[in-house]
Amino acid sequence: MRYEAPESLEAAVALLNEESGTARVLAGGTDLIVQMRAQMIEPDLVVDIKNIDELRTISQENGGWRVGAAVTGAEMNEHAAFKAAWPGVCEGTDLIGSTQIQSRATIGGNLCNASPAADSVPAMIAAGVILTIVGPGGSRELPVEELCVSPGKTTLAKGEIVVSFAFPARGAVASDAYLRLTPRTEMDIAVVGVGVSLELDGDGTCTSARVGLGAVAVKALLVEEAANALIGTKVDDAAVAALAAATSAAAKPIDDKRGTKEYRIKIAGVLAKRAAGIALERARQN
Amino acid sequence: MAKYHITAEINGDEVEYLCEPEQTLLDVLRDELNFTGTKEGCGSGDCGACTVMMNGRHVCSCLVMGAEASGAKIETIEGMADGDNLHTLQEKFIEHAALQCGICTPGILVASKALLERNPDPTETEVRYWLAGNLCRCTGYDKIIRAVMDAASEMRGN
Repeated sequence: MRYEAPESLEAAVALLNEESGTARVLAGGTDLIVQMRAQMIEPDLVVDIKNIDELRTISQENGGWRVGAAVTGAEMNEHAAFKAAWPGVCEGTDLIGSTQIQSRATIGGNLCNASPAADSVPAMIAAGVILTIVGPGGSRELPVEELCVSPGKTTLAKGEIVVSFAFPARGAVASDAYLRLTPRTEMDIAVVGVGVSLELDGDGTCTSARVGLGAVAVKALLVEEAANALIGTKVDDAAVAALAAATSAAAKPIDDKRGTKEYRIKIAGVLAKRAAGIALERARQN
Repeated sequence: MAKYHITAEINGDEVEYLCEPEQTLLDVLRDELNFTGTKEGCGSGDCGACTVMMNGRHVCSCLVMGAEASGAKIETIEGMADGDNLHTLQEKFIEHAALQCGICTPGILVASKALLERNPDPTETEVRYWLAGNLCRCTGYDKIIRAVMDAASEMRGN
């Protein structure tokens, strides 16, 4: 195995593209190194992307935010202005592993590891994040919900790297929230995770909403029917009940040791309702 | 494949080492550099026994590649005491009998120091959440939490 730590995106893309064997991107390493040690994967080349400056920054852009793929969970949660803008996304990253893991685990890695239970992903789907991906053929943009295909599989082509996450600008009365269910309070994997982002007009009518649903399908899902239940309403009890029903209807979970199919379907709706309540309260306080 | 020649700062000293690409920072610390105070528990980032400071953040050294530490500033348990003078956290762990077998202790001390540097006056809940990634199978945690709270209090000058 070779280890390389290029300082430019072009060099990283070239290394990945020119490798004839198996190549992996190393960001925080909290999934990759575990998989290497368990011999689940045995890469010929590991490309560390943490020395590339543009992957390490959080910046404001067009009234929204751009977060580099190698920014850690700890860095996101310590960034007061970003956290105030996207509290639900930061809630998601704050739930990933221990404080030691958060020192290393990155937003790009949490997405590209392609676990259906990744805690940052439903919140980013709800946020409407657009990815910038750079590869041998140049740069492209992709909605975050379109990157993952199934556990461990993404739509990235050979040589492509997720470079950054663009969080859109939004109105003054807007916020988001992420909730997950785990058997333990800390250091556990989501049985169900729901992110809700919403925006209200001056009358308190919901003008836009997005719902991301994790751990109940082969990948985290965008649930448009659930969001549509809120749009145009005052986010009253009837709207929230419709949101919960639509979220449960979208859940396609498996039975496993962490939760039964029936339980996960029910909880998906419960968490959507509670997350919408928290996002609503936060939006009204903004 | 040639070994990687790495230079890092460990506990204030410039250290050079050679490592294989497969070796973790934990492997390097223990097997190449004889910093055996850092313990291996799970080897998969779940238990926190191998916690060290890397560039001002506490990390599981089992989840850092040895080659990644090039130019990094590493602090291990060996650097916590000042000569024969123990750090307040170390003194309080002895005073409160906050350890039994001791395997988790170096990692918990390093993680606790990282907490108190950021938050000198944590609540008990904050201490418990911060240390959620440090498993101890002996103490039941209560004495550890009391020792950290007492050390925080003393370090604030109380």
